[in-house]
Amino acid sequence: MSSISTDVEDEGFGGLSKIRVVQVLLAVAVLLTVAKPILPDFLIRVPETWVPPFAVWLDAGFNFLIDDLKLAVLTRWIAEGPLEFMLDTTANLLEGKRRWPFIGPTPWTTIAAVAVVVGYYLGGWRLALLAGGTFVWTALIGQWKIAMQTMSVLTVAAPLAFFIGLGLGIAAWKWRSVDRAIKPILSILQTLPFFTYLLPAVIFFKVGPTAGAVATIVYAIPPMILMTTLGLKKVSPEVVEAGKMCGCTKFQMLTKVYIPAARTEILVGVNQVIMLCLAMVVLTAFIGMPGLGAKLLAMMGSFKLGRSFEIGVTIVLLAVMLDRLSKAWVVKLPEHHEKGTPWWKQHIYLVAAIGAFIAFLLIAQVVQVADHIERSQDFSKGKEIDGLIKGFLNIDAVQAFTGWWRWFLNVWVLIPFRNSLLWIPTPAFILAIVAFAYYLGGKKPGIYAAVFFSLIALSGWWDRSVITLYAVISAVILSMFIGIPLGIFASRSEKWSKRILLACDTAQTFPSFIYLIPAIMLFGVNDVAVVFSIIIFTTVPLTRYTIEGLRTVPLELTEAADMSGATKSQKLWSVQLPLALPTMAVGFNQAIIFAFFMVIIAAFIGTQDLGQELQKTLAGTELGKNFVLGLCVSLMALTFDLAIMSWAEKRKRALGLG
Amino acid sequence: MKTFTKTFMAGALAAMPMAAMAEDSSDPIVIPIHNWSSQIVMSHVVGQIFTGMGNNVEFVTTDSQAVYESVRLGDVTLELEVWEGAFGASFRTALEKGGLHDAGTHDAVTREDWWYPMWTKEACPGLPSWEALNDCASVFATPETGDKGRYLDGPVDWLKHGAERVEALDMNFQVINAGSAAALWAEIGAAEADKKPVVVFNWTPNFAEAVWPGEFVEFPEWVEGCDSDPSVGVNPDALYDCGNPATGYLKIAAWDGMEGKWPAAYKALTNISFTNPQIAEMAKLVDVDEMEPEDAAAAWLEANGDVWMGWTK
Repeated sequence: MSSISTDVEDEGFGGLSKIRVVQVLLAVAVLLTVAKPILPDFLIRVPETWVPPFAVWLDAGFNFLIDDLKLAVLTRWIAEGPLEFMLDTTANLLEGKRRWPFIGPTPWTTIAAVAVVVGYYLGGWRLALLAGGTFVWTALIGQWKIAMQTMSVLTVAAPLAFFIGLGLGIAAWKWRSVDRAIKPILSILQTLPFFTYLLPAVIFFKVGPTAGAVATIVYAIPPMILMTTLGLKKVSPEVVEAGKMCGCTKFQMLTKVYIPAARTEILVGVNQVIMLCLAMVVLTAFIGMPGLGAKLLAMMGSFKLGRSFEIGVTIVLLAVMLDRLSKAWVVKLPEHHEKGTPWWKQHIYLVAAIGAFIAFLLIAQVVQVADHIERSQDFSKGKEIDGLIKGFLNIDAVQAFTGWWRWFLNVWVLIPFRNSLLWIPTPAFILAIVAFAYYLGGKKPGIYAAVFFSLIALSGWWDRSVITLYAVISAVILSMFIGIPLGIFASRSEKWSKRILLACDTAQTFPSFIYLIPAIMLFGVNDVAVVFSIIIFTTVPLTRYTIEGLRTVPLELTEAADMSGATKSQKLWSVQLPLALPTMAVGFNQAIIFAFFMVIIAAFIGTQDLGQELQKTLAGTELGKNFVLGLCVSLMALTFDLAIMSWAEKRKRALGLG
Repeated sequence: MKTFTKTFMAGALAAMPMAAMAEDSSDPIVIPIHNWSSQIVMSHVVGQIFTGMGNNVEFVTTDSQAVYESVRLGDVTLELEVWEGAFGASFRTALEKGGLHDAGTHDAVTREDWWYPMWTKEACPGLPSWEALNDCASVFATPETGDKGRYLDGPVDWLKHGAERVEALDMNFQVINAGSAAALWAEIGAAEADKKPVVVFNWTPNFAEAVWPGEFVEFPEWVEGCDSDPSVGVNPDALYDCGNPATGYLKIAAWDGMEGKWPAAYKALTNISFTNPQIAEMAKLVDVDEMEPEDAAAAWLEANGDVWMGWTK
């Protein structure tokens, strides 16, 4: 068994072995910490006079872009011209906004009917039911109009994100320089807190659906670019040869050979775009995105838990439906018909969709409920759900349970942990992080960690960054106790894997905002509520990747373990877990990224970290400060991302898992 | 009902002489809506008045702090609820930068201060006096605050100076900042079942009054200079040794370009003024009667024609 756990390869530094370097770094860190009482002040925290005015410089940069380069004129033209035109068109068609072409709103039954046909085409009756059911639910619960407001923006944002992402992906694949320029930008975009997108979106693209669409596009684009590049790189030389032999031009090569060959990856990118677009539905409501998100915020503002919950369910249904449909599309291969098949037979589903559309359009002219559902006709059970939620939270056992955890975690775990992290002198903290990154990932992540955390120290937001990090670490560690056992349990059977993975999907797409209220009602406004709301989010990737990792352990190896008479737990600890560890590390990494995302949202519960400061900058126009804070979050997240991913890759190679 | 109101209003307005109406631009007047009911309904009320005058109106959901930047740029035409306490700072910053102006003040006054739901009085009968509150601080203690009482203040960016006041009045309380209004409601909602005593930041006019009856804590009365001159107030060496002003303003802000572009609508806007009971009524229609904001606005307009008809003249 020991041969499996090969040590991470040794890459020394200046003649010293790796372990020795780590030991030295940690020793210095400990020394600095112990010596804190006698350290000069500048070794405990960076003195304020040393902090360069990053925010002022950034502000100057933005002012230059806005006032001197007149960039805002261009972006505003885009926003008020083509973008607004597209948004107005979809808004008219879907929800009936009074704009060109003045046709809408489309009756809900027609959309539901077309969804059924599309669902059947892509995945048979099950998907037909899911697609149709989602729209029927939305209409009957009385959320049709707001759902369509959301969809009217997404139907513009998602395709734009797709095309821009595809274009940039192709460019990055064609030219190495583009690839090199784009990679770090993408990494930062993926880790930048959403509060940092919002202000520039408002200033450059006007508050309203336009800013909402732009923020959504920026957020959703990175995976599309990455998947496109990945797919194009993987196209096999034989296919390329064949294309060349047929005498394809360069453009034909791209459109007829490369892109079809990279179809699967590109469609996975599409799936990611859709999911990320839906993830932004609530957050973009802060900058004028209409629809479900805005309604959710209003409901939460007046403490209507039931109706917030119903909106959450709608968002989850929409997300799960679009996810399943787009995944089915990935698997579905293009159909080829025999020559001479009549046109309508080749396009039978298109014909059926149009037929259903027209049929219901006609019905809707006569039957009012087929056209739209009025407030008095819907089945919203807001008040009843309110009662249920409040009733549950009032059960004495629940209160005793949460009361104990609140006391225990706050008094014995979280507050001491936070205070001790804050007590550590800055240089010692940085050294410890560098040691960690170097030990895990190697030289490069180590150097990045040093640079990134030094920058944070120089930003002047050290204490708040440490508090942010403290919440992230606490939540990720606590969610390991839940996510990993759950994943191990689920991986034992196909049935439970499926169930738990569905629960994961749901938890992930359920708008994170809704968690905040129950978190507060259970634990009150304090760090336990903050950590709890992060845990819900971080447990998902841990569970998912544990299942994934364990279920993809090569069968030969588990059989070999069975044959050598290993007990169940021996097999788990000595064979399955070590082999699954690189995959689990990916989940761990995602959990950290998610935690950094959620900890900022938790500012709405009440925190004293970077999120709180970021929330404050929303009020004014402190773009510079906003970016400095956002970058602090991003740099911390990237440090962990680089170290863990580098470890996982090395480990996979060492284990021969590809 | 909606169509009925529209016809009703169109009829009512057609009877009025309105020469200025033709001058209004056909571009939509953009009204921002935020995440609390009274503001949403009031926005719809005003929007429907403008629509009745022949204007195009559009609503956009925005953050209530970030909105001032949008009004300044003209992306949003006006803002109907500028609270002195909560948004005064953002409003003043935007005023200094230019682009928007003060277009009137509602009759309604606002009050923002320490507040408790009625059931708290059972545990601490001396309320609403602040001294009595301080004497039963232990009733409000939680695991994190030790033997000190816990006061849940509004978000830090609302600048409520709760911590300074505790310091100045030497109170045995620890101030915790909630992150949002929703967090305050969740805290009260959680305390409701067991009638657990809580003291939180709250304000009026607000939907919460209808859901949870309660009272403000009576601190030493606000005196001018209490926040700038230490010698003012009960503690001669400290600022913030008094309650918040019990009559804060509630203003209307408008984009500077509004008057030129929609003169009639602008004139109506400057006439608009709501009172506390009217605002509470609007909130109630949505929060208690569960109406949609548009319908609530229509219902309110229908029932209060005598209030608003004069504004459009």
